[in-house]
Amino acid sequence: MNFKEYLQNNIVYLDGGMGTLLQANGLQPGELPELWNLTHPEIITKIHTDYFNAGSNVVCTNTFGANSLKFDEAQLEQIVKAAITNAKNAITNSKAPQHKFIAIDIGPTGKLLKPLGDLDFEDAVSVFAKTVKLGAKYGVDLVIIETMNDSYETKAALLAVKENCDLPVIVSNAYDQEGKLMTGATPAAMVALIEGMGADALGANCSLGPRQLRIVAEELLKYASIPVILKPNAGLPKSVDGKTVFDITPQEFADELTNIVKMGVRVCGGCCGTTPEYIKALTDKTANIQPTPLTKKNLTVMSSYSHAVKFGESPILIGERINPTGKKRFKQALLENDIDYILAEGVNQQEKGVHILDVNVGLPDIDEVAMLESAVCELQAIIDLPLQIDTADICAMEAALRRYNGKAMINSVNGKAESMAAIFPLVKKYGGVVVALTLDENGIPSTAEKRVEIAKKILANATKYGIDKKDIIFDTLAMTISADTSAASATLDALYTIKTELGCHTSLGVSNVSFGLPNRDAVNSTFFSMALQNGLSAAIMNPYSSDMIKTYYTYNALKGLDPNCTDYIAHADEFTATAPSPAATEPSGDSQYASELQYAIIKGFKDKASEITKELIKVNEPLSIVNLEIIPALNTVGVGFENKTVYLPQLLMSAEAAKSAFEVIKSTMPSGDTKSKKPTFVIATVHGDIHDIGKNIVKLLLENYGFNVVDLGKDVPAEAIVEKVIELNAKIVGLSALMTTTVPAMQRTIELIKQKAPWCKTIVGGAVLTQEYADKIGADKYARDAMEAVRYAEEVFNI
Amino acid sequence: MNETTLTKTYSAPPIDKKEILRYAGGIADDNTIKLLNECINEALNHITYKVCYHKLPVKLNGDLCDFGVFNVQSKNLATNLSGCNSVIIFGATVGIDIDRLITKYSHISPAKALMLQAFGTERIESLCDDFCKDIQNTLKIQLKPRFSAGYGDLPLDTQKQIFSLLNLPKNIGLTLNDSLLMSPTKSVTAFIGIKEV
Repeated sequence: MNFKEYLQNNIVYLDGGMGTLLQANGLQPGELPELWNLTHPEIITKIHTDYFNAGSNVVCTNTFGANSLKFDEAQLEQIVKAAITNAKNAITNSKAPQHKFIAIDIGPTGKLLKPLGDLDFEDAVSVFAKTVKLGAKYGVDLVIIETMNDSYETKAALLAVKENCDLPVIVSNAYDQEGKLMTGATPAAMVALIEGMGADALGANCSLGPRQLRIVAEELLKYASIPVILKPNAGLPKSVDGKTVFDITPQEFADELTNIVKMGVRVCGGCCGTTPEYIKALTDKTANIQPTPLTKKNLTVMSSYSHAVKFGESPILIGERINPTGKKRFKQALLENDIDYILAEGVNQQEKGVHILDVNVGLPDIDEVAMLESAVCELQAIIDLPLQIDTADICAMEAALRRYNGKAMINSVNGKAESMAAIFPLVKKYGGVVVALTLDENGIPSTAEKRVEIAKKILANATKYGIDKKDIIFDTLAMTISADTSAASATLDALYTIKTELGCHTSLGVSNVSFGLPNRDAVNSTFFSMALQNGLSAAIMNPYSSDMIKTYYTYNALKGLDPNCTDYIAHADEFTATAPSPAATEPSGDSQYASELQYAIIKGFKDKASEITKELIKVNEPLSIVNLEIIPALNTVGVGFENKTVYLPQLLMSAEAAKSAFEVIKSTMPSGDTKSKKPTFVIATVHGDIHDIGKNIVKLLLENYGFNVVDLGKDVPAEAIVEKVIELNAKIVGLSALMTTTVPAMQRTIELIKQKAPWCKTIVGGAVLTQEYADKIGADKYARDAMEAVRYAEEVFNI
Repeated sequence: MNETTLTKTYSAPPIDKKEILRYAGGIADDNTIKLLNECINEALNHITYKVCYHKLPVKLNGDLCDFGVFNVQSKNLATNLSGCNSVIIFGATVGIDIDRLITKYSHISPAKALMLQAFGTERIESLCDDFCKDIQNTLKIQLKPRFSAGYGDLPLDTQKQIFSLLNLPKNIGLTLNDSLLMSPTKSVTAFIGIKEV
């Protein structure tokens, strides 16, 4: 019987701690345990044998840290080969009667993935792939990915297994006392991710004892349709007379874990501190327990790096604003690669209360594959909402799904054979909940019946790919009533039938219904409430529309989905006309300020600066506002900073206020007009350095002073910087480094610039830099602070 | 006397606003204080306080500090540890979420990013202080000042030994990148000499 078959109808016993036993055998702190496969094979084999004799079905090879970051390839192969041989010898040595399997053990790399760390996602996949391939080559029964404390790294490892072998794979994460991974994921989020990618079992190990992990197990069991694993420590460690002691005995461990097995856990074992004695106690105690049958949960769930969003409770709001369609300013941001603008749209929508963000960056003149991938990576680094990847470009879809840290929503598939053949394999491989549009080769049917027929066709086709009904959301296509007044009822009728008869969740791009009509919000919000009443599960909508938000909270309150009307009451004041923001009420009655706008900028009132500018621009030329208001205000603050009467936080608040005024001006100017005449300043944090706050401060101020700042980000290789300088024929480049270890990278960059782009001036800054250091590495200028950088740039351009 | 590696989670140390303003290069005017309070409110619940530590014997031989499982050559560390027979080596972090917030605001509000950066620095320093007090009280020992890799002539490279001794990625989610920078960034590793009484 192979492992997959055995797993279906049995409780599977894993082994216990390896590190604990190696230490008992003399492994020193800091010594690499994987080398013991080669140096002490008899000890490793004995440990595996003891676990089999204690009743383990599966032993995990001593390869937790066996990866190509720690070992070179030849050594890695030797280690994995020896580790598997040691486990196989244990099968031969043990006379115990149970089914026995060998799992190649894959632990975390010990590195944090980009952008918060420095290991690229694809590099992580390659690292894991090497170990996986060796496991398959030397013959194991399954792969165990364990002790992962980051969702993104878990995904990289699982992807490496799926792409490089056909072995069964089980995945276990390390949760902390809060019941979350180190990087924030809840058990529900991990179930969505891991199950979505087709693992054979999932669960929790290490960190805590069975008592503390019980809540995690309960959560996993609530969401998972595949077997759940629990492999806890022998309680919590403490130091007694210089030795590590864990605080529960084998018997207590077995008692606790038995209760959890009765709850439904199907794969169990021990982690740190557990020994064959613990496993023996566990197998004895649970010998007569019948395995809980697996049940399909049929939950429609997507996830971000931190949490899961579940369909079917209250309606889900999907923010539609990250989309260039009909938005001049957004198109301009895409053309200028202005990722900050896109991120701000994400953050603002989150503040309005959406649950998911739709991400569409399709524009004819840009590289959509690169742009979508980059937008997804940047958004998921700072916003914890699940994303809906929205593109018609299959390559862009795959690139984004691959890099997505969680289980995404996919927008969209439709009833055309070609669409299903392209999208369904991606859903199957990367996991995801896919929006299915009820149209096909014959277009959008005008009747509800025909749309339902297409839905049935899509469901039948999805089944062939092994995609569950729960992972398909139907969009019955809202069409504008300005063209056909029966359009709304066809959409709603189809929605109702799909919800009630097919039992599927639904979604609509609500705003389409009012296209071509005046006061669209009124139509949209009424249509939204009608759709909700007909069973709509999610709406792609504009969260800045107070009518839509009003409908959402009112519907929840009326439907009994908002206990004590708490949310309704909390948001009720947003439903009326826009309340004046606090900043707008700040008094300005001080005669030392030349104007209201200058006052707002000098004081750093962002909202007020933007409001006043909106008023000013109705009667003034944009350029006169810049020259007579914004620049003088900035100068006042800048000079104050240089004279040490204004401090850095104040300088930045003023700079942000000025930026919000500029933003208003920018949105009224034709796109392309704003940047062409400005001097170009290239800026980057050098290779190896992940700090960018100083760089961003300089960028903000330069932008305010009228420079076109091309920001290459952080950890940027010298070659990439030089390439950009040449491409743009830039006259000046700013480099930032925070650590002494990254100053050499700065020096390399400067040398390369001098060689390849000798016309370009270099200006450097950062915590460790001094004038002396800057001279040593050949920089043209050292800037102590952001204002000094601005002054030098003005000098270079003769401004 | 190779002790075991232990991991501990602390509750939030009291917040020192004056110190945060000092790190941010600011003064206590109304606007700056408002910004500071906004940042504290947004970040505080996202911060965790984790420490992982290990007690080791130390033998000093000139500039060579020998901890048994590894040794380092450093005049400054040797001076710092003079008269000690043992040390505590620790890693501490206030978690990755503050990095996410700093990244978020560095894109949309550098003023907030600056303040959060300062808040994170104050948090990790306070955590280290709390940890040292706790260790002094529970082990009934006196500690010397903390000494980190990169101080004086102690090579930053020593981080590699500290990380492999303490298994920091697994124990507290603290990682080291190729440039020897730590992620989460608001983290500290250090040696603390134990004074002989």
